[in-house]
Parts: sequence; C-alpha cells; structure tokens
Amino acid sequence: MSVSAVRETPMHSRLLASDVYRLGFSGLIARPTRAILSALGIAIGIAAMIAVVGISSSSQAQLSATLDRLGTNLMTVAPGTSVFGEEQPLPFGVGGLVQRVDGVESVGTTGLLVDLHAYRSAATLKTDTNGLGVMTASSDLLRVIGGHIAAGSWLTDGTSRYPVVVLGAKSAEKLGVARPGEQILLGDDVYTVGGILECGELAPEIDTSVLLGERQGTSANAGERVHPTSVYIRADEERIDSVRQLIPGTVAPQSPSDVTVGRPSDALAAKQASDQAFTGLLVGLGSVALLVGGIGVANTMVISVLERRREIGLRRSLGAARPHIRRQFLAEALFLSLLGGVAGTVIGAAVTAAFAVGNGWPISIPPVVLAGGLGATLVIGALAGLYPAMRAARIPPTEALQS
Amino acid sequence: MSAVIELRGVSREYGKPPTRALDDVSLTVERGEMLAVVGPSGSGKSTLLNVLGTLDRPTAGTVLIDGIDVAAQTDAQLAGLRAHRIGFVFQQFHLSEGVTSTDNVANGLLYSGVPLRERRIRAVEALHQVGLGHRLGHRPNQMSGGERQRVAIARAVVHRPPLLLADEPTGNLDSKSGAGIVDLLHELHGEGTSIIVITHDNALAEKLPRRIMIRDGRLTADSSSTSERVVVTAGATP
Ligand SMILES: Nc1ncnc2c1ncn2[C@@H]1O[C@H](COP(=O)(O)OP(=O)(O)O)[C@@H](O)[C@H]1O
Ligand SMILES: [Mg+2]
Repeated sequence: MSVSAVRETPMHSRLLASDVYRLGFSGLIARPTRAILSALGIAIGIAAMIAVVGISSSSQAQLSATLDRLGTNLMTVAPGTSVFGEEQPLPFGVGGLVQRVDGVESVGTTGLLVDLHAYRSAATLKTDTNGLGVMTASSDLLRVIGGHIAAGSWLTDGTSRYPVVVLGAKSAEKLGVARPGEQILLGDDVYTVGGILECGELAPEIDTSVLLGERQGTSANAGERVHPTSVYIRADEERIDSVRQLIPGTVAPQSPSDVTVGRPSDALAAKQASDQAFTGLLVGLGSVALLVGGIGVANTMVISVLERRREIGLRRSLGAARPHIRRQFLAEALFLSLLGGVAGTVIGAAVTAAFAVGNGWPISIPPVVLAGGLGATLVIGALAGLYPAMRAARIPPTEALQS
Repeated sequence: MSAVIELRGVSREYGKPPTRALDDVSLTVERGEMLAVVGPSGSGKSTLLNVLGTLDRPTAGTVLIDGIDVAAQTDAQLAGLRAHRIGFVFQQFHLSEGVTSTDNVANGLLYSGVPLRERRIRAVEALHQVGLGHRLGHRPNQMSGGERQRVAIARAVVHRPPLLLADEPTGNLDSKSGAGIVDLLHELHGEGTSIIVITHDNALAEKLPRRIMIRDGRLTADSSSTSERVVVTAGATP
C-alpha cells in the first residue's frame, strides 16, 4: 500500500511565510490595548528622533535658502585698533581702493558719526540715544548688503542735497517713526525720514542705524568729511579667499594685521552649527526613549509567552516545529515594534511639519531619516523579540494536555 | 501487518526522586483499531497519550509510530509526523476565541504548508463531516460545549490523519453531547481512522471495541479478543 511509501518519505511540517505574518499580526490584534500601550514607547522614541532631526534639517534648509537668497559672498571690513587701543580710521576713498581689487564686484561704505545721536523730537532727553548709530552710507550700500526698502526710498544723489535720513528697521521702531515723511532730530537739527528699511539678515548693525548721504554727513560733521568705518564688499564667489587676503593691505597698508575682515554668512552658519550640537543631545535623549520602548516590547512579549503556554502546546501538537513557534513570536514582536515605528514616524513628521510651518521654514525630512527610523524599529523589534521567541520555542508540546 | 502504534517496555519518569508515570508499558495498536484507555485520575493516561502522540519522549523503552522509531527522530521530524499523521482532541477543546470555527479548523492544516484558501475549503468540508455545516462562521463563545468539541475534532481530522488521539474528549460535556461525540468518533473510525480515546468514563469505554486499563502507570487489563497480542501485568517481561 501507499503507507510504506509515505513511511520512507520524511514528512516535514511547514509554515508558509504568509502565515508567519498572519500569525504575528493576529497575535497583536488579539490584545489591542496591550499592543498599543507597548508600541507607545517605541512611537515616542521614534517620534522624538524624527522630530528633532526633521526640525534641525528644516532649519538647515531654511538657512541654505536664506544663504542662497542673500549670498555667501558678502564681506565686511572694520578698522583695526592700534596697539594703543585707538581705532585706526579707514582712509577716505577706501571704497574706490577696494573696488580695484581683483574679484571685487561691488563696494559700499558706512561712516559712523561718533558724537551725533538721533532723537524723536526736541522734547527727548539728549541722553536718550536708544543706542542708535548715526552714519553716512554710500549710495551702493543697500544693494551690496542685499537690503530692502520697506517704505519710502533709499538715499539718492538727489536727496543727498537735503536733510534726509533713512532709518534701519529697528531705528524706526525705537524712534517711533511709522512712515516716511515724519521728522526726527540729529543733534539739534531737523531731518526728514525719506525711507525705512526692512530688517537685514547679513548686516544686522544697519537695522539700528540712522543713515544719511555722504554730503549730508559732511555738513552734520561740522563740514568735515566723515571717515569710513565699515566697508561692505561683494566679491566673486570663486575668488573670495584671495580677495579676503588682499583687503587688509589695500585698506591699511601700514598695519594690515589690525584690519578685521568678516563674512556674515559664516556667522549664520556657525550659529547653525551650535544648534547642531543641541540636536545631537536631543537625538541622544530620543534614542534612550527608543531603548526604553524596546525594553517595553520585550517585556510585553515575555508576558505574552508566559500566558500562552497552552496555545504554544496546542500549536506543537498541530505540528509546529520549534522554529515555527520562534518565527511566530518574532513576527509578533516585529509587528509590535513596527506599529510603534510607523506611528512614531507619522507623529514625528507631523511635529516637524507643524514646527517648520509655524516658523515659516521649508519642511525638510530627509528620507534616509524616515527609512532609518523604521529600520531602527525593525532592529529593536528583532532584538526585543529574540529572547521571548526563544523561550516560546522551548515550551514543551505536552503543555497542551496539562489540565 | 502494519501496526500504527507499537510500544515496547515504555517508561516515563518524572522528578528527582523519580516517580514513574508510565511503568514498562507494551502495547500494539493495529491500523484501523479503536480503543479506550481507562483508568483513575493520576494513573498515567495523559502521559501515555503524550508518548503516543510524540509530544513527549519516554525515559525508557521503544515507541514506534507507523513503524517509525520516535527516539531516532529530531524534534522537527516529530513535528512533521504530528502535522501529517496524528490528530489530537483535548478535554478543554483548545479553540482560539474570537476566531470562527472555519478558521479554527483551518489551523489544523497550518503546519502542513497548505495555503489559506485551500485550508478554509478543507475546513468547511471537515465541519460538514462533523455535522457543523451550519456553524461555519460561529465563534467558540457562540457555540455549546458539544459543538465546540466537534469543531476541535474537525480540526484534528482536517488533515486526514491515520491516527486520532483524544484525551477525555467528553470530560467537559453533559452526557447527551458526550454521546454525540462518541458517535462521531465511531463514524470516523468507520472511515478507517485509528482512534485512541482516553477516558475515565466506563460507560463510554463500554461502547468501544477494545479497552485497556491503566493503573499506577501500568497496563492492567486488555479486553482485546486477540489477547495474546496484549499484555502485560505488573512484573511481566515482554
Ligand atoms: N510534567 C509532570 N511532572 C511531574 N509529574 C507529572 C507530570 N505529568 C504527570 N505527572 C505525574 O504522573 C502521574 C500521571 O499523570 P497523568 O498522566 O496526568 O494522569 P492522568 O491523565 O491519568 O490523570 C501523576 O502522578 C502526575 O502527578
Ligand atoms: Mg489526564
């Protein structure tokens, strides 16, 4: 009979891969509350990591968009101080000198009137200077620093003949000037506000300035030309380094080492870098949350195995081999962890999006972070499930008959 | 002459000062036989069933299932044997709550590598066979005890095993449902399945063609007509 043939062919028990998934999944939905609670730990960890990285990456995207818009080729030159602590004034015509340096595209200058202050009206106390600087501005300055007029107009050769000033955004606020056409005092003299600037990102010092044309500056300075105190340079992006080296010798041939040349975009990037360090700390905290979540999953699985000795015994009697039991519980741990991972990814992405939109940033979550988050959950699920699954597989088949 | 089960001098000991749950048991069950194992509580009936069903290995003696020596098989091979050749019925049914009777029965084929669709088709057939064609979508808590045990029996036979082992299958049932289960077992026996029923219910045992008594782990009586095949009172050697 065929029986003897059957006897010679070894009979294997087999569990289809699709059934492993089905078993893992149905194991979870059989105890939904427990599944949700233990997935929560993973979800919080993943959400924290993704939100932290996403927010940092969005602010990075915002920075590079800003730098793209503003350019990274702006340099500022400030006069050095001598060994005696005196400020070495920049020479008249420094703008023209710098303009001749190879690679320089455009140049703007400002010259601070140290003893002159701006007041809202004659009633304002003379000591109440609001910390605003009064300075001359070359007509190219606005274009060079990439500034924008919020209202009114910029200083022109035409307006330079009249006592007209342009206010930085913060100056206008401090002086209480809402629109062009209002009048303020520089010292005792009345000036009309010709324009108000928007806040500038690369040259924030302009925000707290009261700017007047170079001719007006001379008359405000008792007829003496005002020495330039800052030079703003746009250079060819490719030649920035060589320009940077040539500037000190050009503006101060006698003491080039005293001159400071700055690059405002570097300062923005440096601030970003310090934020990165903080991000690292938060990611560290997120990974601790994830670890705790993983322990929660392992704990849930261990309890589950203890409670389901009967079920395991029954499955063994139905023909499950040890690897089948192990796979079932491993799949369950993976699903549990993945449930938390998917929820955490969604939450983390939502938090990032909300935060970015709230700050007016572009939303940027690197796909590799999403993939990494889900990958991490799978690794955690596997690690957390390994021990309980091995315990489950060791439960003897005779459990099914224990009454 | 293929015996579906052959035990030779089988013992199973438990614990540090070893207690013998089975003591030198020899037993042959021919293909297509139906028999009851009767004995008081704690006499070793379940231990015997575990050994017969390859759920447990003896500490001494030889167990041949379908002529296959259990001692020589790996755990995975024994699992394969159970998946294809043995069906189990338990006193407590062991059905999955929240799962329809069709899917409970389909689980009987889970470890045979049969795809879900085909498992369900064969589960429906098996449920019709045990008289539950009208309970295909019911869950265990929507059914009576007798119906639940029928579902469990359908699960045990859905892979058409030549050997069915039942441990106190009527122990949790009233006498009317119990009688129905016994009738069902007789039907399955009529279709060629070898069946071993463990019970301490003598009335049930009376209805089966062959009865084996067990006490303190030893076979004490065998009602089989071919009595030379059987066995073994205390102290006898095979
Ligand atoms: N896993 C076990 N560990 C220790 N002793 C056991 C175990 N299983 C059964 N026994 C002992 O073996 C004897 C027979 O038990 P069992 O086969 O369950 O009897 P029955 O099913 O006839 O009531 C009992 O004395 C019981 O205490
Ligand atoms: Mg028992």
